[in-house]
Order: sequence, then structure tokens, then C-alpha cells
Amino acid sequence: MNDTTLQNFQTQQNQSLASGDAVRGQYSAATPDKGQPVTRNESVEENLSVRVRDLSLWYGEHQALDDISIDVFANTVTALIGPSGCGKSTFLRCLNRMNDLISSVRIKGLVEMDGRDVNARGMDEVALRRRVGMVFQKPNPFPKSIYENVAYAPRMHDMVSRKADQDELVERALRDAGLWNEVKDKLHEPGTSLSGGQQQRLCIARAIAVRPDVILMDEPTSALDPISTATIEDLMDKLKQDFTIVTVTHNMQQAARVADYTAFFHLGEMIEYNATKQMFANPHTKKAEDYITGRYG
Amino acid sequence: MSQSFEEISAQLKKRHRRSARMKWMTMGALILSAAFLVVFISDMVVRGWPAFQQAQIQVEVSYDEQSRKLPLAAVDKDVRPLISRGFFRPLPRKMENNPALMGTTQTQWVIADSRVDQYLKGNEDRLRPADKETLQALVEEGRAELKFNTTFFTTGDSKMPELAGIASAAIGTVMTMLVTMAVCFPIGVMTAVYLEEFAPDNKLTQIIEININNLAAVPSILFGLLGLAIYISFFGVPRSSPLVGGLTLALMTLPVIIISTRAALRSVPDSIRHAAFGVGCSRWQVVRDHVLPVSLPGILTGSIIGLAQAMGETAPLIIVGMVAFIPDASISITGASTVMPAQIFTWASEPNSAFAEKTAGGILVLLAVLIFLNALAVWLRNKFERRW
Repeated sequence: MNDTTLQNFQTQQNQSLASGDAVRGQYSAATPDKGQPVTRNESVEENLSVRVRDLSLWYGEHQALDDISIDVFANTVTALIGPSGCGKSTFLRCLNRMNDLISSVRIKGLVEMDGRDVNARGMDEVALRRRVGMVFQKPNPFPKSIYENVAYAPRMHDMVSRKADQDELVERALRDAGLWNEVKDKLHEPGTSLSGGQQQRLCIARAIAVRPDVILMDEPTSALDPISTATIEDLMDKLKQDFTIVTVTHNMQQAARVADYTAFFHLGEMIEYNATKQMFANPHTKKAEDYITGRYG
Repeated sequence: MSQSFEEISAQLKKRHRRSARMKWMTMGALILSAAFLVVFISDMVVRGWPAFQQAQIQVEVSYDEQSRKLPLAAVDKDVRPLISRGFFRPLPRKMENNPALMGTTQTQWVIADSRVDQYLKGNEDRLRPADKETLQALVEEGRAELKFNTTFFTTGDSKMPELAGIASAAIGTVMTMLVTMAVCFPIGVMTAVYLEEFAPDNKLTQIIEININNLAAVPSILFGLLGLAIYISFFGVPRSSPLVGGLTLALMTLPVIIISTRAALRSVPDSIRHAAFGVGCSRWQVVRDHVLPVSLPGILTGSIIGLAQAMGETAPLIIVGMVAFIPDASISITGASTVMPAQIFTWASEPNSAFAEKTAGGILVLLAVLIFLNALAVWLRNKFERRW
């Protein structure tokens, strides 16, 4: 974990505890319009990757997210947990505007990245997705070769021009995703011929090939066996040196193992956002405690 | 204690009987339709096979001054009535084009008259007794026999059955289909891509969708009237031309291609689209690089079947003047032309029995082309099929 971030986080947490308001999570409580002090600490600003303020989302008439405020820190793993239908996946898709694909969706609030509102009129969702990659629940490699799965996006974004550069980039992405040794001899076989766990790592290689800032993972291991799951978890731990990872998971042990921060969602609201250690050892809210200890969900 | 096996078996008997009955009924339906197909095709083969054969007679043809003036004089008087008039007519020109022939006498196989042809095939006997005797003598000498009918595949329609062929109709069909394909494949696929991948789901697109589905069920002759009103009357496209025929058939095929393309696009799993959007593809890149390659076999299959259907269509072409007597194939898409089903229709209305076999022969050729197209569709589907 990034040490400065943790220190800042701890400072902030103590201040918040001192104010006696621990019902809402740390960072949602720290939003300006709720009258809470925000630590304008330079290093926090520096390490901030995505800032979300008062984000609400409706599917038609149904409100799926209610006033979510959260700060995602760079080079950390943030896990979103909560029972089914709590809005965690919906929230995740707000970060790269995948919800735009659903015509009935209406969004209010701020999702800020690099000082820009990603929902603003001038923001191109293609440019956003270039910087915010995504790995899906079910491994979904393109029906193309392993090589082409990785090389496609960088070529499309004009990141490489020469064949040699492209080969190098593919190798690096596959190495970073821990897949190179398994596939280096069959790069031109279809990506779909790999096993489930390998396919998911291929999807991770595909996402990191364009060197995004943030990688969103929507229950990346829920379709995988325990061994593949462990491989992917190790991978997430390594990848956070270069990327910011936001992952949705149903598996609380997984959140405890890989995440630096954990946000607990329930019925469209974010109940608590906390350092993972804190969240699992001593949650501030009753609901989070009930969920973590397995009383519901 | 629940029910014993005996009790359960007693109840099951009835269910098993019912499923056995259903199995036999469904099999019966299959056997019935297969039987219809076998009867239809074997009948066509039996009737149409003679069309691929043609009686020919070996005669001595003398190319001289007299036969240049009076072509009938080129062969012996006795054999003359047995030979097709279509052989004599072009003789003078042949001699003009090839002066070396002048003054020679050559033994060659020439096309017999259709009465000879029909007599040798055992169909009808309209020969005069004297001619019949001459013919018998020639047959015994081996100088009159049925040979493979190349004329049928190289000429256009003719009033003389022995000279009538499917070639100009086949050329017309090819050109008409090229026009149809060039118009309706790009427009149909683009429309389907827009409706399936770009269009918002609102009242307007729903109305468009319902109308497209209805258009696919409109009787084809109405498209002929539409073609007449729009292309010929309004735009002044030449009638009887492959251009107007192709455009008319394109109207008819368009809904079929749109519907089959939409079905093919819809069968592409959304996970592929999400993956593509996730790496930052624009909508068009998602369609071009990911959705279209996967759905290509379905699109091609649907389009080929739509075209095959258009190829067998006659009714709308009657209205735009393509069912006509066309002796010579036109190579231009604006020249007068006909298509194979229209040619079959024309022959079918001739009273002469020689044309009846041409009708069946034409149907066999058309069926062969359609089977070839459908086989091509299957082959393309298997070739481009990918798994995901």
C-alpha cells in the first residue's frame, strides 16, 4: 500500500471520529456540502485518482444509486462489496460511462478524473475508456487470436505504428498479466481456446495494454475456480504499482485479501467507506458489521 | 410409502404411447414432404432430360453459287425437310464470311427439324410418310441420331424449338441478380446495422420495424407495380431491362436481407460489444471490428437465400416487361432482356410438345443454379463460423 495515502487516510479518519460522526462512511461524510471538513492535504490531492460527489443514478423511475461520494486513491485496490442489487456494479460502470449504453439511465452528480467531470458535455466517452479500462465478470476475449486480443486496442488508439513495437507491447502486457509463459508458443490461436482463468488474465492483459490509469473489475473471479482466483488476486496486488484498481466482489475474503480500501453498498447507498483493515476489524456502521459477519447478504 | 413402481409404470404407459404416436406423426410429415420432393424432381428429370438431347443428321453440304442464292439447295432434296430451317438461313452469310468454303462439299452433322427430334424421342409423329422412310434409312446408316444439345446452352429463345436455348435468359438472370445484389446488399446490411446498433429504441424505430416485417410479406406482384410506377414511369428506366428488373427485385429482397441481418447481429453476444466498448472503441469500431465479423456467416446466408428467392421470381418481372420473347442476349443492363423463370413461363405457354421438354429442361437448370446457391450459403456459413 502507498504509505502516504494510508497516513492521510488515518489522519482524516481520526478527525472524523473526533467529530463523532461515524455513521456514514469516512469519505462520504467528508464531502463539503455535508458540512464536513475535507483534508486539503497536498499529497491526498496528488494521490487522488477519481473523485465522486453526490452521484445518483436512475434506471427509468428506479433509483439505483443515491448520493454516492467517494475518493478513489491512485495505486490502491478499492473493493466495492454489498448484497446483490445494491448498486456496486452500477457504480463501477459510472466510472467509465458504460451506463451510457443503457438508454433509460439518468445520472446526477460529479465523477471527476484528472480535474475533469467525466459526464460533462465535452468529455468523450471513448477518451475516458482509453484511461479507464475494464475487466468483466465473465471472461469475454474477442473472438480473435490471443495476440490480436491484446494488440487490437493499442493499434486502434494509434499507440504503436511498427510491427516490432506492437510485438513488444503485446509481450509486455501478457507478462504483466502473468500469462506470457503459458501462451508465448500459441499467440495466434484463438483467445477463446484458453481456460477460464487464462481467458480472464487475457482480458486483464487486453485492458492494461493501453496503459490506462484506472482498471475497473466487475467480479473478475466469480466465474473462476479457486486456483485461478488466487492467481488473479496476486496479479491485482502486483498491478496496483502501476494502476489504480476498483473491483466489485461478492467474496468478502477476497476484499479482505486484496483491497486497501473497501466500500460497503446497500440498496443504492454507500453505507461505509473505510480502510479494509478497519472495515473488517471494526466497522463503524451496524449494517456493514452485520453484512461482514454474515448476518445477511 | 409413495407409489410403487407398478403404479407409476401404469400411468407412464399412456405417456409413452403418446410420445410414440407423436414421433410417428412427425416422421410421417417428413416422409410425406420428402416423397413430394422426390416425385417432383424425378418428374422434372424424366421430362426435362430429353431437352438436353437434340437430333442431328449427317448430310453433305455443298457450298456453291446456287446454294448462296437459294440456301435450301445446299443439301439433297430428300433430306431437306428433315433439317432445321435454322441451319439454312445463315448459310449465305457463312459463305460470305469464309470465302474458302466456296465450291467445296462437306459432310457435317447439322441440327434436325423439331419434328424429327420429337419422332426420334418417341414423343409425337408429325412427319410425312416419305420423310419418315428417308429418316429410317438415315438412322440405320447411323447418320441420324440424338446427340448432346449444345444449342440449348448457347442460344436464346426462338420460334423454332430446336434452336431455342436458355443462354440469353441465363445472362439476363446473372445481370439482373448483379443489379439486385449491388443495390440491396449494402442498403439492407446498413439499414439493419443502424436499426440494431445505433438507433434508439423508440416509437419511430418500432414503427419502422413493424413496416419492414410487413413488407417481407407483401405479394411480390405489388413490387412489380411499384417498380413500374417509380422506375419506368417516373425515372424513365428502360423497360424489359435487367436494370429495372434488378431494382424491382431489390425492393422485394430488401426486407428479407434486413430481417436476416438483424437476426444475425442480434445473435452476437453483448459481452463482445461490452468488451469492445470497454477498450475504448467507438460505436462504428465495435460494429466493424467485432460485431460484423462474427455475424458475417449469418448475414451472407440470409442474403444468399433472399437472392435465391428473387432469382426464382416471375410475377413482378411480368409487370416491368421482362417476360418477353428475347432471341439474343443483351450484354448491357439497359437492353431488353429476360430471366430464367420468365423464359420457363414463356415456353410453358407454347402448345408445341417440343417446348414442353424445354420447359422442364429450363426448370432443371434453374433448380441446379438454386441448389448451387444454397450450397454456397451453407459453405460460407461453415467457413466463417467462429466460436466464442
